[in-house]
Amino acid sequence: MAGSRGYVNRRLHSLLGVVPIGIFLIQHLTVNFFATRGPEAFNAAAHFMESLPYRYVLEIFIIFLPLLFHSIYGVYIAFTAKSNLKNFGYFRNYMFMLQRFTGIITLIFIAWHVWETRIAIGFGWADLNYQLMEGILTDPFFFWFYIVGVISTTFHFSNGLWSFFVSWGITVSPRSQRIMTYVSIIVFVAISYVGVRTLIQFAYGV
Amino acid sequence: MSEEKNITFIITRQDDPNSQPYEETFEIPYRNNMNVISALMEIRRNPVNAEGKTTTPVYWDMGCLEEVCGACSMIINGKPRQSCTALVDQLDQPIRLEPMSTFPINRDLAVDRNRMFDSLKKVKAWVPIDGTHDLGPGPKMPESKRQWAYELSKCMTCGVCLEACPNVNSKSDFIGPAALSQVRLFNSHPTGAMNKSERLQTIMDAEGIMGCGNAQNCVESCPKGIPLTTSIASLYRDTAIESFKSFFGSDQRV
Repeated sequence: MAGSRGYVNRRLHSLLGVVPIGIFLIQHLTVNFFATRGPEAFNAAAHFMESLPYRYVLEIFIIFLPLLFHSIYGVYIAFTAKSNLKNFGYFRNYMFMLQRFTGIITLIFIAWHVWETRIAIGFGWADLNYQLMEGILTDPFFFWFYIVGVISTTFHFSNGLWSFFVSWGITVSPRSQRIMTYVSIIVFVAISYVGVRTLIQFAYGV
Repeated sequence: MSEEKNITFIITRQDDPNSQPYEETFEIPYRNNMNVISALMEIRRNPVNAEGKTTTPVYWDMGCLEEVCGACSMIINGKPRQSCTALVDQLDQPIRLEPMSTFPINRDLAVDRNRMFDSLKKVKAWVPIDGTHDLGPGPKMPESKRQWAYELSKCMTCGVCLEACPNVNSKSDFIGPAALSQVRLFNSHPTGAMNKSERLQTIMDAEGIMGCGNAQNCVESCPKGIPLTTSIASLYRDTAIESFKSFFGSDQRV
């Protein structure tokens, strides 16, 4: 591709956040939402995902590698910014700093979440079923840890979607960017509901 | 005459580029319709600080005194702006003056904005027409385009957008919104567009267009109301197209 390495890295960072990571996020929250139909429905859906053909290839190339690149490069981007909210308290500036802040929170959350579920299952320390998540989320500390983690993730994705539309030259005019702000708010509320509703199901069984 | 009213200035000063900054307070007599520059001139005329000690006059840069040259930018009560159009009557007291922090400081409130001029050279912010013979009149520009291009041409390289940008700091080499907007201006010019690809290639970097984080403080702060974020978004589109066109190597260069 034309442009320097810095250019390609940034473009890749922006692309990977939506395709495939954003798509995976929505798929993941959707499959988990089966829990609201009861343990059997969740187990059946989880088992279906678990038994997809060439699962390791899918996991490595759709989830792990893009996520690693996006998070490591993202930490670098986050720490090259200098907050100036005190003198420039504009909406977009708040979004800018929140995007970096939630990126770090999300990284911590996902690292813990992957360790506790996928890695634990991989080593045979746990089984992938409704009871695994129920066991984690009935602990109030972890329930709130997951609430913060999930909302931080959905915010980072929704606001990232807004930046994605700017960075790829889709929304150029101030009006289109404003409309996209409303769209990203709707996306944020919708997928946060899906995520939080699932957590409540696991924690309280309702 | 009614009783004398004073205005207080707290000024961040620095004696030379390498020394430590310090604050100094000044009380100066109020006059009608003062701006920050006329107040600074008053301090220069009578360089006595609030403690009554004679000090060195405060140094600052200025040029046109009508907000078109960009030389007198400084941070006034927390916001970067031109001191010539900062009217004392509209400012909260005490008035705090600081030099802009993203630039090297020459002395007191005067900063070195050379990095901005270097960026303009880097992106070739001009229309190359020099040659050995008369090239004749250039192609015409549509009026609708001229109107928005004129807005972009109001940039006076004052540095306010760089000061407002959270991504322009000592940890990053981002060239800032001003030079990027000039790329859009000269790419929109019918003759300037002959170097469009070249200009785009120079900004296709983390120091260039990719240094932007869409915090959009620049467009909120620009004293000339230049649609900087629209320029940047438009360049995002142009560079995306440029990279798709040359993804497997450009057919224009082989």
